[in-house]
Amino acid sequence: MRWPVLALAFLVTACGGRDSSTVTLKVWGLGREGEVLKELLPEFERQHPDIRVIVQQIPWTAAHEKLLTAFVGDATPDVAQIGNTWLPEFVALGALAPLTADSQDYFPGIWRTNEIGGTLYGIPWYVDTRVIFYRSDLLAAAGYKTFPTLWTDWRQAMVKVRGDRAAILLALNEWAGPIVLGMGTRAPFLTPDGLHGAFQEPRFRRAFAFYVDLFRGGLAPAVNNAQVANRYQSFATGEFSMILSGPWDIGEFSRRLPASLAGKWMTAPMPAPDPPAPGLSLAGGSSLAIFRRSAHQGAARALIAYLSEPAVQVRFYTLTGDLPARESAWSDPVLDTNRYAAAFREQLRHVAPTPQVPEWEQIVTAVARYAEETVRGDMTEDQALEALDRDVDRMLEKRRWLARAH
Amino acid sequence: MHTSRAAYWFLAPALLLIAAFFVVPIFASLALSATDFDIYAVASPANTRFVGLGNYTELLQNPLFWTAVGNTLYFVVVGGPLSVAVSLGAALLVNSRLTKAKSFFRAVYFVPVVTTLVAVAVIWRYLYDPRFGLLNYLLHFVGVRPIDWLGNPHWAMPSIILMTVWKNFGYNMLIFVAGLQAISQDLYDAALVDGASAIQRFRHVTLPMLGPTFLFVSVTTMIGYTQLFSEPYVMTQGGPLHATYSIVLYMYEEGFRWWHLGYAASIAFVLFALVLGGTLIQRRLRR
Repeated sequence: MRWPVLALAFLVTACGGRDSSTVTLKVWGLGREGEVLKELLPEFERQHPDIRVIVQQIPWTAAHEKLLTAFVGDATPDVAQIGNTWLPEFVALGALAPLTADSQDYFPGIWRTNEIGGTLYGIPWYVDTRVIFYRSDLLAAAGYKTFPTLWTDWRQAMVKVRGDRAAILLALNEWAGPIVLGMGTRAPFLTPDGLHGAFQEPRFRRAFAFYVDLFRGGLAPAVNNAQVANRYQSFATGEFSMILSGPWDIGEFSRRLPASLAGKWMTAPMPAPDPPAPGLSLAGGSSLAIFRRSAHQGAARALIAYLSEPAVQVRFYTLTGDLPARESAWSDPVLDTNRYAAAFREQLRHVAPTPQVPEWEQIVTAVARYAEETVRGDMTEDQALEALDRDVDRMLEKRRWLARAH
Repeated sequence: MHTSRAAYWFLAPALLLIAAFFVVPIFASLALSATDFDIYAVASPANTRFVGLGNYTELLQNPLFWTAVGNTLYFVVVGGPLSVAVSLGAALLVNSRLTKAKSFFRAVYFVPVVTTLVAVAVIWRYLYDPRFGLLNYLLHFVGVRPIDWLGNPHWAMPSIILMTVWKNFGYNMLIFVAGLQAISQDLYDAALVDGASAIQRFRHVTLPMLGPTFLFVSVTTMIGYTQLFSEPYVMTQGGPLHATYSIVLYMYEEGFRWWHLGYAASIAFVLFALVLGGTLIQRRLRR
């Protein structure tokens, strides 16, 4: 009987030295980022002996659901990594705490995705966008020393390089194709109040027509991702010489392409429909956000400040390949000398946020669906865009009711 | 009087559990299906509207729902009987007097049933691969051009059915084997004396005697197949062009992807009505 009491007393005294001031922060990191986050923390805990951080790693596929159920079940962490397109939804829930920070060193387009209704709710952690990966040797053979910067030249280049094959891979099940092109024409996607679809508006119509025409002209194969067994192999054999993709493919291409292809591929920012180039692209990535219910707001802010330090961002980049959100981190030699990162840096200065409504993720799946139906010839462009606007209006019905009610 | 009261006390724990975890949730989701409960309602309950049968009328007008219903019926009507037929065939073979190593075959055919679906799906994706898959490799010997099994809207559902039948027939096979072993040998002997051929014995002895087994197998298969979800979720995500989009997949996406819980609850009740209707029809047919 005496031993447990003694042990308990020992425990109490052992903790006594710290417990008055020690704060335990619960942090959720997603996928690979969550894993790497743990490696970055010992230094933070050394600098802040009064803060202990517990990282919980959540797989990306379950992250959205887990965050929502955690909110409903009153079990949110203090800090979480949140995809910046999810922010509007969590703000609508009232789950996140407003923040203040200096935007100076950040890519402006990315920063704006974190401001909802004029208030800042997340600090960009790493950034993501779409650019063109292309076979520089095949394009040079077709007479293009640099990648075309305008849509008309771009299409012409596709015609010249394709031979009897396709020129560009735009997976039909991905919404990025039509949406990125729509950003190029500065299509608004929704009406300014965010209450109705605006896909029949001339700017999106132009982008959509360009997109569909690539398939009709045989420049892009009508396939989805599951049908391309190995995109790296197909890129290596020249089955297509351009792919619309994101930063993760810098690493994948370097690892998976055969050695004979080294130096024969490159990245380029999106061509623009009209000058000036480059065209706009997605403002993606993940932010760090603090939950409103967190009792340790100060410690949480200290953690985010630490993870935002340029040196830590560079370390994070070398561990994950995720591009840093702060421009000053890009001056570090590891990024400055990476020839494939340059196009991303240029593109990141030309990115635009997508409409900040919680329904956006659902809207883009409808965009992909109607784009696929049009490409496969089941609908005309006019029919597809009209149906798309109608569907989107239905998705936004609750928003219109809320706007009227409040 | 005393004994019946005692019986209720003994039943009480089970009844309480059923009430708490079965009856209450059913009525709660019935109530939910009459609202537009969604992400905004999670933020503040004041953002919930009572919509009566609104979810149901919207559901019935949504082409995606009818696509899902069509696909699910396709799966049930083609996959269900096929699965039962394959099970019966396998049961007859395994039960035949000519078969050696019966228990070995019973076990082998049952293995897919207990294998994790995801593992099965990964292997079948390799088999179905349009360029490197075994299936197309075998077909090219008989001069068939490569088929894009999972990528072609016309072939995707047959591919899912083929995989599901292969994975599930072992379970019903065991039930049929039990049913076959319950048939008295006297009946076969009597039929043999009357000069019945093998086919006649099968039609007039085996099939009628398997009646109750058939009812059980076809009802459970129908109920199970109406709830098609994991196979398309893992293999095709409902694509291509929604060719493998099922009712439960639709319910899952509406409920847990878009968080339209009220609407998803109404899908659940429509599914319940479909299963109930299917079961009643089958019972009527048996009589």
